[in-house]
Amino acid sequence: MGLLDPSESEALLLSLRIAGVAVAASLPFAFAAALLLARGRFFGKTLLDGIVHLPLVLPPVATGFLLLMLLGTRAGLGGFLFTHFGIQFVFRWTGAALASAFLTFPFQVRAIRLVLEAQDAGLDEAARTLGAGWWDRLFTLTLPLALPGLIGGAVTAFAASLGEFGAIITFVSNIPGETRTLPLAIYTALQSPGGDAEAARLSALSIGLALVFMVAAQAITRQALGREDR
Amino acid sequence: MSLEVRIRQRLGAFALEAEFAAAEGVTALFGPSGAGKSSIVRAVAGLSRPEEGRIVLAGRPVLDTSRGLFVRPEARRAPVVFQDARLFPHLTVADNLLYGWRRAPVRAPESEIARVIALLGLEKLRQRLPRALSGGEKRRVALGRALLASPDILLLDEPLANLDAARQAEILPYLERLRGERNIPMLYVSHAVEEVARLADRVVLLEGGRVIASGSVFDMLTGLKAAVPPLGAVLDGLVTARRPDGLSEVAFDGGVILVGSGNPGERLRLRIAAEDILIARQEPQAISANNILAVTVSVVAVAGGLCDVELRCGSARLVARITAASARRLELAGGVAAYAVIKSVTVDRNAGP
Repeated sequence: MGLLDPSESEALLLSLRIAGVAVAASLPFAFAAALLLARGRFFGKTLLDGIVHLPLVLPPVATGFLLLMLLGTRAGLGGFLFTHFGIQFVFRWTGAALASAFLTFPFQVRAIRLVLEAQDAGLDEAARTLGAGWWDRLFTLTLPLALPGLIGGAVTAFAASLGEFGAIITFVSNIPGETRTLPLAIYTALQSPGGDAEAARLSALSIGLALVFMVAAQAITRQALGREDR
Repeated sequence: MSLEVRIRQRLGAFALEAEFAAAEGVTALFGPSGAGKSSIVRAVAGLSRPEEGRIVLAGRPVLDTSRGLFVRPEARRAPVVFQDARLFPHLTVADNLLYGWRRAPVRAPESEIARVIALLGLEKLRQRLPRALSGGEKRRVALGRALLASPDILLLDEPLANLDAARQAEILPYLERLRGERNIPMLYVSHAVEEVARLADRVVLLEGGRVIASGSVFDMLTGLKAAVPPLGAVLDGLVTARRPDGLSEVAFDGGVILVGSGNPGERLRLRIAAEDILIARQEPQAISANNILAVTVSVVAVAGGLCDVELRCGSARLVARITAASARRLELAGGVAAYAVIKSVTVDRNAGP
């Protein structure tokens, strides 16, 4: 970290932590949503599909504002959580993780769904006639076979989380050490006189990180889809 | 009866309406593609749900639409050996084999695992992943996986389809051994007469979603009224002696027949194609054929230039196809005594008990 000053490495570590928590917390839900969209036949599936993909087209600032209206300490749900359980998202890094999770949810669902749809339904039938029930098949067949999709989706979502800006600054503000992630640090540097060099350094770091994760995600997804020979 | 099926099911434009019962041993569902064979297997396994009907598996009703009963496939103990094997790609052969075993309500003893692995010749494949197996090996693993699930019935959906002759020849002996050693009833889907003749005890003939005939393999494959082409006879026999000249004597219902292989005590299934039988009115002398049986003509059926002749030999039936001209020249008619000169006998080993 010799290249970075303490506040910069703080922003980097915070970004990594927020992205990690966001992905870990949302992955099970993403798997459930992908399973529902890939296998389910129910009324309102198109609507669910639309809702899951909404963050892709919604302005992140609007998402942040929505979260603030919903989860601010004086808002309905947020107020309830705060007064009864002491849970607060606004101005906290957990809030940044929540916003990231929400915004990168579609990436995870898409990657997992692709792998699930490529799975051979015949295997599921074979497992059924061999005595495996639904949960059994989920854990011994569906999940292990979808693992490359889960990893690919998680890596993509992690990389996208690192770049989240609009929703975070709107929802949890720009607090050093708490919510000032890499993009927010770049923004802050650009706002201060003579901060161009710092902004450039942080931007280069962001680009490098994003590139590494995207390449990894592509490789994993390609391997997963190519591994269909039985 | 270990299996009773009476189902009515609409599958798109296709209507399946089948009723049959199967006892111990191998029951072949036989018919052209699109006859509804696989649909019946899916209904028995519980993978589809007929609109109407009743299925009883080993004394237990698993479907009875009159009282809304439908047992899910995972609770039926009726594993399917699919023609595409459907091995789990992320599990080794050993884990594939044990998938059903681990989930059986009453597990087969551990010694059974080794026996099945030996029976199917899978010793060297245990640690391999399915993608490293040949087509024939995959089918064998799928067969073993189903066997170890303590099945009440084994459903085999064209387990030899899309394999070349060499691969088929590799698997057939295992199926025959299975048939001989196990008491598990098997429902065997096939559209190949040779497979049915080798393996089946009973045959259910299907066409256009309906059962058009059913009965023992001998009735179904032998004689002029045989529902299943091509014409020929199927006989079960017991090897009584091995002669110094290398031939084996096989006793069957109509006498003794000589074949090129088999050891005393072994049960063989023999097939004699109609084209491989010559008919003579007098006992032929100095002839290369090893088998000449005294027979009585029972039916003579002329069709165009050809003539199919059913011959009785003790309680067994043979059928010969000769030209109509020969039949006239020999003055063949019901009740006439003759000799059947058998040019060749196909021997299927391990005809089973």
